[in-house]
Amino acid sequence: MNAATMDASIRAPARRRGRIRYHRAVFHVTAVLVALLFLAPIFWVVAASFRTKAESGQPPLPPWPSGPFSIDSYLRLENFGQSILHYSGNSLFVAVGTAALTIVVSTLAGYGFSRFNFPLKGLVFLLVLATIMVPFQSILTPLFLLLAKMGLQNTLIGLILIYTTLQLPFSVFMMRNAFDAVPKEIEEAARIDGVKGARMLVQVMGPLVLPGVVTVGLFAFLNAWNEFLAALVLLTDQSKFTLPVLMTAVRSGRFGSIDWGAVQAGVTVMMIPCLILFLILQRSYIRGLTAGAVK
Amino acid sequence: MPDTSSKAPAAVATPRPRRRRRRSADWEGLLYVLPAAALVIVFFMIPLGMTIWMSLHKWPLMGKPRWIGLDNYSRLLGDSDFWNALGFTVQYTLAATAGLLGVALILALMVERPARGVAFYRTAYFLPVVTGFASASLLWAWLSNVDSGLFSPLAQTIGLTSEPVNILATFGPAFWSVTIMVVWKMAGFHMVILMSGLQSIPADYIEAARIDGAKAHQRFRYITLPLVRRPFALALILCVSGSMLAFDQFYIILSGGPQNQTVTAVYHIFNESFVSFRLGYGAALSVVLLAILLVLSAIQLRLLRDRGETR
Repeated sequence: MNAATMDASIRAPARRRGRIRYHRAVFHVTAVLVALLFLAPIFWVVAASFRTKAESGQPPLPPWPSGPFSIDSYLRLENFGQSILHYSGNSLFVAVGTAALTIVVSTLAGYGFSRFNFPLKGLVFLLVLATIMVPFQSILTPLFLLLAKMGLQNTLIGLILIYTTLQLPFSVFMMRNAFDAVPKEIEEAARIDGVKGARMLVQVMGPLVLPGVVTVGLFAFLNAWNEFLAALVLLTDQSKFTLPVLMTAVRSGRFGSIDWGAVQAGVTVMMIPCLILFLILQRSYIRGLTAGAVK
Repeated sequence: MPDTSSKAPAAVATPRPRRRRRRSADWEGLLYVLPAAALVIVFFMIPLGMTIWMSLHKWPLMGKPRWIGLDNYSRLLGDSDFWNALGFTVQYTLAATAGLLGVALILALMVERPARGVAFYRTAYFLPVVTGFASASLLWAWLSNVDSGLFSPLAQTIGLTSEPVNILATFGPAFWSVTIMVVWKMAGFHMVILMSGLQSIPADYIEAARIDGAKAHQRFRYITLPLVRRPFALALILCVSGSMLAFDQFYIILSGGPQNQTVTAVYHIFNESFVSFRLGYGAALSVVLLAILLVLSAIQLRLLRDRGETR
């Protein structure tokens, strides 16, 4: 839109140029206002989380602490069993575990689907991709029983296995495409040099499919970090809670009256890693998002 | 193709070693995809089969499951709570989809072409997407709180209302508050999908139409709109299936209230399965929801494809 008006302005007579400049100013003012609207809730909760206990129950007007700057809200999360570090550790373990396992499994599968022929290949590929059609909410009950049978109920490992499975359709598809984009000649050349097996995958192909690996890992991490329903159902022991489950318990007032300061602190701890990761790896994220939209 | 041509002479010259290598290659490929296949079978296919199997049983948490055939399904037909939940889910889906796609399209049109500042705008509109539904819902639960939140005190401060208004206490405001939260959180996601469609339109088309004297709204209606149909279909399907499965926001912000009016389909299944522990009945509800979603996706794909072919 804007580029169009810009090259029009080169040809436009002086009289029209003023009007175009006016339009552009209106555009930027609107865009900035909308941007503030989208960012405001995030800034608001982060700023509010640094207020003192007395202040934290008050409406956040103005959003920043009017008293002294305080990290009291973060420390008060200790009242809920363990410290905030413990629950963050749970969430981090699940998210990193899911990302690592997803990367390993989907890279192997992507390599297999891209470079080998084997019986039932089409069927297995379809099997992995078809799971995207079935919402996992509808298989939660049997998953609950299954994990109990395997002795994995109430464990973070069980959660990692389930989250990884949920990531597979997207990740395997992504990695298959990444391997497909690598020219066969590179492999041939390496094979002539005597490289084979796992070394081929890690040392030769690895660097070439790295962008795909980053995208797949990023999505796995963020989805596992943020997932709520499965964690709510599958984790019953409070010391195992991930952040979303813990914070929902805090917000519902399960531990007495609702401590809004603690909620603000918890929300901040949950949001900040996602925002930072996204800002650093924006390109990888958008690539993953548009992979499905454009053929 | 090149594979068969190279194989034929090799097979004539040295048939046995060649064959052995083919077979070991077969196994190797299968080995690579085995972990993925195993995970999908154990944590997806078996549970899916179990859902259907369980739906034919009376299945308490403790004690022995008892086969009851289609009893769960016949009971489900008369379960007004479930149909109310489904009705509410549809109502929410309509509101959220309309709001989301409308806002997303406006945002996409705003930031589609590269220009100064546009990269910043895109990032700003997208940021809420990467925060999870749980964190966004907790944030909104606080902002909507009547005493400690923002909306009601702010409205009072700027003189919009004379006394505190608890927007979560009555159905209408509560429903719209959650819907606005979802639009805030997800608009950026659909913006990117629609934007990728808009950007794939060759600039020549628009230019040609401009030279032919087409006005801005005509260019949008007759060139842009038909060409973004595919990404639009994708956004629509993701939006509808995502909203039909809504749970987090209604559980966290509203706990299904006021008066259980905002219990969604997934929420109802959650209650039956994990609060009342009627696992068999919950499984039957899951099967019905799954069937509804599959039909919905099929219909949407069909509708959007057919219209494309007749035009």
